[in-house]
Amino acid sequence: MPEIAVTAAEPSAEEVIAVADAVVLQSPGQVTYEAAGPALTFDGERVARAGQERITNRRHLLLPVLHAVRDAIGWISEGGANEIARVLQVPPAEVFGVASFYELFTFEDPGAADVLHVCDDTACRLKGGNELKDELSADGRVVHGSPCLGLCEQAPAVFVQRTGQQHVSVRTATKASVEAALDGTMTVPVAPVPQPVEDLTLLRRVHDDAVQDHPGYVATGGYEALAKAVTMTPAEVIAHVGDAGLTGRGGAAFPTGFKWSAVAGEEGPRHLVVNADESEPGTFKDRVLMEHDPFSLIEAMTIGGYAMGAEQGWIYIRGEYPEATRALRSAIAEARSVGMLGDDVGGHSSQGRGFAFDIELRLGAGAYICGEETALLNSIEGYRGEPRNKPPFPTTHGLFGQPTAINNVETMVNVNQIMLLGGEGYAAQGTERSTGTKLFCLSGHVNAPGVYEVTYGATLREVIDLAGGVDGELKSILMGGAAGSFIGPDMLDVPLTIEASRENGFSLGSGVIMLLNDTTDFDGFVARIAQFFRDESCGQCVPCRVGTVRQSESLLRIREKGAPIEGERAMLDDFALVMKDASICGLGHTASGAILSAIDLGLIGGAS
Amino acid sequence: MFGAGGGTSSYEEIETTDLIIMWGTNAREAHPIFFHHVLKGIRNGAKMYSVDPRRSQTAKFADLWLGLTVGTDIALANGIGKYIVDNDLQNHEFIAHSTQNIDTYIESIQEWTLARTSEVTGLPEYAIAELAEAYATAESAQLCWTLGITEHHTGAENVMALCNLSLLTGHVGKYGSGLVPVRGQNNVQGGGDMGALPNKLTGFQDVANDEIRAKFEAAWDCTIPATPGKHLTLMFEAMEKGELTTVFCIGENPADSEADINHARALLKGLDLLVVQDIFLTRTAELADVVLPASAGWAETDGTVTNSERRVQLCRKALDPPGEAKDDLEIINMIADRMAPGWGNPGPEEMWEELRTISPMHGGMSWKRLDEEGGLQWPCPTEDHPGSLFLHGWLWADDLEGRDPAPFTVNLWRPHMDELTAEYPLLMTTGRVLDSYNTGVQSDGYNSPIRSGEALDMAPADAERLGLVTGSRAEVSSRRATIDMTIRVQPDLPTGLCFTTYHFADTTDTNQLTIEAWDKKSGTAEFKATAISVKPKVTSNA
Repeated sequence: MPEIAVTAAEPSAEEVIAVADAVVLQSPGQVTYEAAGPALTFDGERVARAGQERITNRRHLLLPVLHAVRDAIGWISEGGANEIARVLQVPPAEVFGVASFYELFTFEDPGAADVLHVCDDTACRLKGGNELKDELSADGRVVHGSPCLGLCEQAPAVFVQRTGQQHVSVRTATKASVEAALDGTMTVPVAPVPQPVEDLTLLRRVHDDAVQDHPGYVATGGYEALAKAVTMTPAEVIAHVGDAGLTGRGGAAFPTGFKWSAVAGEEGPRHLVVNADESEPGTFKDRVLMEHDPFSLIEAMTIGGYAMGAEQGWIYIRGEYPEATRALRSAIAEARSVGMLGDDVGGHSSQGRGFAFDIELRLGAGAYICGEETALLNSIEGYRGEPRNKPPFPTTHGLFGQPTAINNVETMVNVNQIMLLGGEGYAAQGTERSTGTKLFCLSGHVNAPGVYEVTYGATLREVIDLAGGVDGELKSILMGGAAGSFIGPDMLDVPLTIEASRENGFSLGSGVIMLLNDTTDFDGFVARIAQFFRDESCGQCVPCRVGTVRQSESLLRIREKGAPIEGERAMLDDFALVMKDASICGLGHTASGAILSAIDLGLIGGAS
Repeated sequence: MFGAGGGTSSYEEIETTDLIIMWGTNAREAHPIFFHHVLKGIRNGAKMYSVDPRRSQTAKFADLWLGLTVGTDIALANGIGKYIVDNDLQNHEFIAHSTQNIDTYIESIQEWTLARTSEVTGLPEYAIAELAEAYATAESAQLCWTLGITEHHTGAENVMALCNLSLLTGHVGKYGSGLVPVRGQNNVQGGGDMGALPNKLTGFQDVANDEIRAKFEAAWDCTIPATPGKHLTLMFEAMEKGELTTVFCIGENPADSEADINHARALLKGLDLLVVQDIFLTRTAELADVVLPASAGWAETDGTVTNSERRVQLCRKALDPPGEAKDDLEIINMIADRMAPGWGNPGPEEMWEELRTISPMHGGMSWKRLDEEGGLQWPCPTEDHPGSLFLHGWLWADDLEGRDPAPFTVNLWRPHMDELTAEYPLLMTTGRVLDSYNTGVQSDGYNSPIRSGEALDMAPADAERLGLVTGSRAEVSSRRATIDMTIRVQPDLPTGLCFTTYHFADTTDTNQLTIEAWDKKSGTAEFKATAISVKPKVTSNA
């Protein structure tokens, strides 16, 4: 696609430097995709080197380069877009198409160095998110209402997107704390999780700041799992993962061992991708793991790379997680410098068995859909984050069309536990179908919100009790986030396992347990969920593109005009059916679930 | 050199080859259908090298673009040949078995060291070496060219110099490797097939060969002159000498397309009789004594066309031609009937079936087969022959199928005719753009969102030196004429090179500037190299 007919707009010196740096700096540890320099290079006036291969090999730099330009000047100017098109040899229309897909990129100068993304989504609206948004706007700040920022236990939350400075998130935000963040005088508060260290397994290191560095991590038993893994053959490692009964913690509960053995059985270069695009409203467990124990993810990925023969690992983290990004970036660099990532992982050490594995960290830019695994792959590859048709599945045709395992952060970190306990030892925890421990994200009207780690099998009531009980009179619980469903207090004694939740008509999803008491404005709350899907539908499939809009309009009629539920219900059922039948990805499939469950429970439409 | 006449390869081979060299061709714009096949090849992993003075839209797809100086193609080809020989990369077995004159050839290219080739072509030595190595070591390779090779006063020798490279490496006559002169219209190949060449009868049969002539004379019941006719450039010379006084011009617009156009138009005006048969009232038609309105080849005519891969295909009539326009065949039949009463009006199928009795390469292509099999590639001598995917497979046969080995040729580099001097310091080359065709007869009638009109494209450094910017008007002079043109600054051009098209003769008469120098072997004029000077036009502010 080398027809690069750019407009006359020239890039600024800052933009040129930002693009050039991003192209070169993006690839220090690259194993498979070298990317030194622009896709097109001239030698004098008579020779130019380009070609399909160079262009193809650099397309995946589009998202990092867009970030670089946005971070340098605060937006994507026409000149900056032209420079990106020129350097990567991506047509300007495609640059525009990709950049405009993401919430965090704008084509207009925001007019301020700092853009405040104030969460007004589910959990934060229960804790004053809307009011904070209005307050900051009234102050003349540039404010955007944001979907869930994954800080629900510290609501309300603000993500400060800065220019020329590090982005920062503000937790339990007030006008004063946001101002402190802008001044650089903010103090970061609170313990990462409410449970004490002796109650924790997966999260056992999160209270210890020393594990942010390699020596500290090793001192707490870090890299013992990898040491154990490399004493086994790759097939044996996968067998343990299979025996452990580990299932995906991102929401789909797919057996991890099955996925890994499928990828290991394919030919050619393979990839391991970690889905850290934690965007399901109400979910924040992966953030806690990454912020407070980044090496455990790196170690687990290294084991996965060894087991599947994948030499390239990728972490796709959402752009609104600046602290987790910094923790991971620093840990990856350190792991590389001590030889625990790179061409010869562990080869220099006493374990004496080196293999190649490296990790590239990629940032999303504000798109819920990129948590869908094939959309995530397209996003990494430098295309709009639109889901792909399946089959073929990523295990055979994944990243760059090559065999790819995609796992959620929490799922991945469990691999360390499996290595330490052995597959059978791990499977002894929990129930027969739901093994190991599970992280739950408690937020909303609960006395001690936070991430709680329990062994599968604990009841909903027990978990809520761990979190200090309900704040007020419990009316309903949103399980699994916006893509999940509302349940009533009658479900409190259901054990939180994959099978028991399924039998009772709900899903654990990504582990969201959002409590809602009788003061909740359910009409507004559910309308916000409808708006969320309307905003986040990628627009690729017509039923979802149109259906999420019509569904949202219907909810607004109920909320604002008091339209009778009975009049809307048939239409909402139709939307749900057609989105379920004819959308290619989970967003369309689940966009109606919470809304219909709210109606079924009588939570909206004149009940209040 | 092989008894040529068409591209040796099929589109399918372009899509599966390892290396594609696009030499003197901007197929992306000028041959977009062919370029689709090139793109498939690239997508399938082929490396592509572009040799072109301009970094054209085609060159932008290349792994390496080599922007040689205009008119130095023989130097580059000979330099590549010498590099291959010096590094012992040639295909010894193929050369020994299938070729002749290798020693003479090697002797003739001794001058072309990397240093000398670099000096003449303006290309860095490593780029020349890289192209040579890539071609010599590829498993399969397609060498494609168009008018950038042929529109020179050494056009035929340019082609021969490229053919030498294919003989040196054995990249001809086998699946995946070949020589591809890309054709500019759906039926340029067909025109040659049918015998619209001064020295050939139908099926590329030599008019000077007594046996062949006798065969045609018996079939046609007439006498055929043994001496070849004149090609277009010779016709104009004959007009100048007063030897040619009557011209019947079918589907050609020489009053816009000839080099040194003012001279050409004067000659056309001086004819005793000019008859033009065309679908539009072209500038040539405007000069004619009689104009015969013809039907369009596409959709208004039944017949056959032959494409670049030698595939003869049926085309079918869907509409009656408008007004008094008639089918080309019918017009010719009507004239023939006046000359020889009783001629009648034989249709295309009838004529085709006659043709294949005297053209061996078409012998097996019955009208029925053409219809049922979606076209056939010549040679297809018998009805049980499947047609030929590629040509010159005989080069690889143990007995060469009884033919003589293919000869290497000696091709000496001579610079372009129109010398660059202080007075005419810039070199102007011409070409086509995507949405227009040649003199515009077939393409001016519709609008295109990307057509920006005629301009002289100029390298940024030249424009700056002359104080010109995009949109400036300038006087552009060659040794033959001066015209006004709009300037367009074009960063894809090396300094010293200008580019324009001749699509818009009504507004910008580019061919007033071009040189009438032409290749004695091919009859093609040197449209690709004109020395010009450019002066900013003084605009008054009054």
